[in-house]
Amino acid sequence: MKKTLFSVAVAFCLSTLSAFAQPPLENYFAPATKEAATPDGEGFIRRWTLLEPISKPNRGNTVFTDSYLRENFAREYFKNQFTIVPKDGQKVKANVQVEVREQNAAAPGGPMGFRGMAAPKLKDEVQTLVWHKYDSKLYNTKLFRFASGLGKQVYGVIFWAVTVIECDEDINNVRLAVGSNSASMWWLNGEEALLLSGDRRMVADDCMSNRLTLKKGKNVLRGVIINGPGMSDFCARFLDEEGQPVKGIRIL
Amino acid sequence: MKKILLASLCVMNCALSFGQTGAPYIHDPSTIVECDGKYYTFGTGGGGLISDDGWSWHSGAERPGGGAAPDAIKIGDRYLIIYGATGGGLGGGHAGKIYTMWNKTLDPKSPDFKFSTPIEVTGSEVDEDCDAIDPGVLLDPTTGRMWLSYGTYFGFIRIVELDPKTGARVEGNEAKNIAIDCEATDLIYHNGWYYLLGTHGTCCDGVNSTYNIVVGRSRNVTGPYLDNMGRDMLKGGGKMLVGAWGRRTGAGHFGRIVVEEGVEKFSCHYEADYDMGGRSVLAVQPLMWKNDWPVAGENLKNGTYAIFSERRGYSLEMSVDFVRQQAGGGMMGMFGRNNAEPAKPLSFQNLDEVKSTWPEGKSRVRIGDYMFRPHQKWQIIAVPEAGGYLDNPYFKIVIEGTNRALAANSDCEVETVPEFTGADEQLWRIDQLTDGTYRIMPKAIPGTDKKLALISAGDSTPSLGKFDFNSDNSKWNLKLVND
Repeated sequence: MKKTLFSVAVAFCLSTLSAFAQPPLENYFAPATKEAATPDGEGFIRRWTLLEPISKPNRGNTVFTDSYLRENFAREYFKNQFTIVPKDGQKVKANVQVEVREQNAAAPGGPMGFRGMAAPKLKDEVQTLVWHKYDSKLYNTKLFRFASGLGKQVYGVIFWAVTVIECDEDINNVRLAVGSNSASMWWLNGEEALLLSGDRRMVADDCMSNRLTLKKGKNVLRGVIINGPGMSDFCARFLDEEGQPVKGIRIL
Repeated sequence: MKKILLASLCVMNCALSFGQTGAPYIHDPSTIVECDGKYYTFGTGGGGLISDDGWSWHSGAERPGGGAAPDAIKIGDRYLIIYGATGGGLGGGHAGKIYTMWNKTLDPKSPDFKFSTPIEVTGSEVDEDCDAIDPGVLLDPTTGRMWLSYGTYFGFIRIVELDPKTGARVEGNEAKNIAIDCEATDLIYHNGWYYLLGTHGTCCDGVNSTYNIVVGRSRNVTGPYLDNMGRDMLKGGGKMLVGAWGRRTGAGHFGRIVVEEGVEKFSCHYEADYDMGGRSVLAVQPLMWKNDWPVAGENLKNGTYAIFSERRGYSLEMSVDFVRQQAGGGMMGMFGRNNAEPAKPLSFQNLDEVKSTWPEGKSRVRIGDYMFRPHQKWQIIAVPEAGGYLDNPYFKIVIEGTNRALAANSDCEVETVPEFTGADEQLWRIDQLTDGTYRIMPKAIPGTDKKLALISAGDSTPSLGKFDFNSDNSKWNLKLVND
């Protein structure tokens, strides 16, 4: 009985971590200012409008094949999810999936608490989620700390990230360079730019888009990051043909 | 019987490597020189070979003067040919003379093709411990001075200085002994060292020739040239660069070709090529450097390879869904496993298990963790009918067991196409670089004349970009896959 209680507690904590003290959000993020930002010295974009995590339970990350990602990112979680340029504090009604926990669930399997790779039982739910516009204090955006700092679910989640890049003129032949933990997909001005599939760790300049054009005016960069267990974060920057950070862009 | 035949074909295919093709028959070739987009080398007895691409050769080069084992070098916009007018020989006389002569072109069909009057630059008398034949020249990149080594097994290898403007001997220069009992020498410079390449072993005995190329090095062009054991080449020292290997024996008469930074080749002849009736043939192979010693690379063999990026160490793969292997093991298999039972070997995932999950059309290519998966195994197969370059024919690179080919596209990116058609964008030039890694370049890219190579744009993203020997983005490692 004691064991069963323990396992339920562990399962709950694994999804929200609310039972443990978490580092405060301000260690990682500051509210975005009204002034336009610039990428940091290495070109990493630190200003992002992030949606609170969409629950999408997965017990492992090896399921993140190209097909899985395309299928699951194509699902509608909230209206205008591929066109919205959200404002800070804006709310959306999101269709999410939550894990159904059985009352008499067996203890986690094995000595290290493995629960196996079998897909969890899910049910659909509608949740109200809020967009937050932040400047990351790090070159990478710690989505895990974004979620834990807000007391939200940290494992088995999808994060939506949007940023607006303003250019004085067209900048040709640039590549979007992304590293993400775990898989992610990225669109520039509505066009697919990158897919990072598999059980992936965040590595700067891990994946590169084809050569792109940042057009004069505003460009919308949108990323969707999915993770099962473990840390969630990403870093993104634009590089020129020589592999150098693109300069002269503003982040709105 | 069928099975045996198939196995034999596989063994032959796997072992197959490529030497120069066409009619590359020559003995004692000079250093290969490029002139107006064609390659030339001259041999013993007059005449020589021409090639449009460096891989397919035919006779037609012309050189007056006869004699043995010339050398050639381009200086400015002129070509200097250096040759020994006599044949020398272990049993013959040892009086000899070495001459130089200029030409504006090496193309015998050009109206500018005319050799200048030969100038005698050095010689040997009948009673000297030297045969003045087998010249090799170096234009010192650090000083602009030109040096000539010459000699055979009959005594000393000597060095003299020539004037690079006239091709004549520098006035007052005295010959100096720098090696003994070798022949077919050549001088090269690399990273603060001068190298003396010489040939040892038995010459001119077909498949029984033991000819082999050795090397010593010195901080000074005039020596002393010591081998890797510190033994002077004047005492017979020399570290072997290349001898018999594959189906060729008797390597001699080294010549260096610097294509560009990081891309070097060497030429030589093999006394006998078993695939060419035991004839003496021209060969061009990659030249590598290890601890400032030259190392002979091999012509690339047909085979199934994993292609690893030098940048991260991930392997090139077709972008397809990862299909989990059903066999157990690992940490998850610890629980409930009986370790007293014998462990059974597992099979790698095979093509039939996953092929139905692959796209039918074009697919992207990426770089990922090597997992012995079918979408990561590339057959690199020569396509001789597509021509070649200095040391190899062009290759197709296809997923093992399929005809799905790696291709360059008009966006200057790489992808796989479902069927290899022989189009130039599906043909690849693969050069082993001086550090042992490889450069992989498409023969052509649709819509552009740019010469781009396969690069790591990111750790996990291949693309086409400018080749830069000083960047690991431009380099790949090929490992033969052994199932």
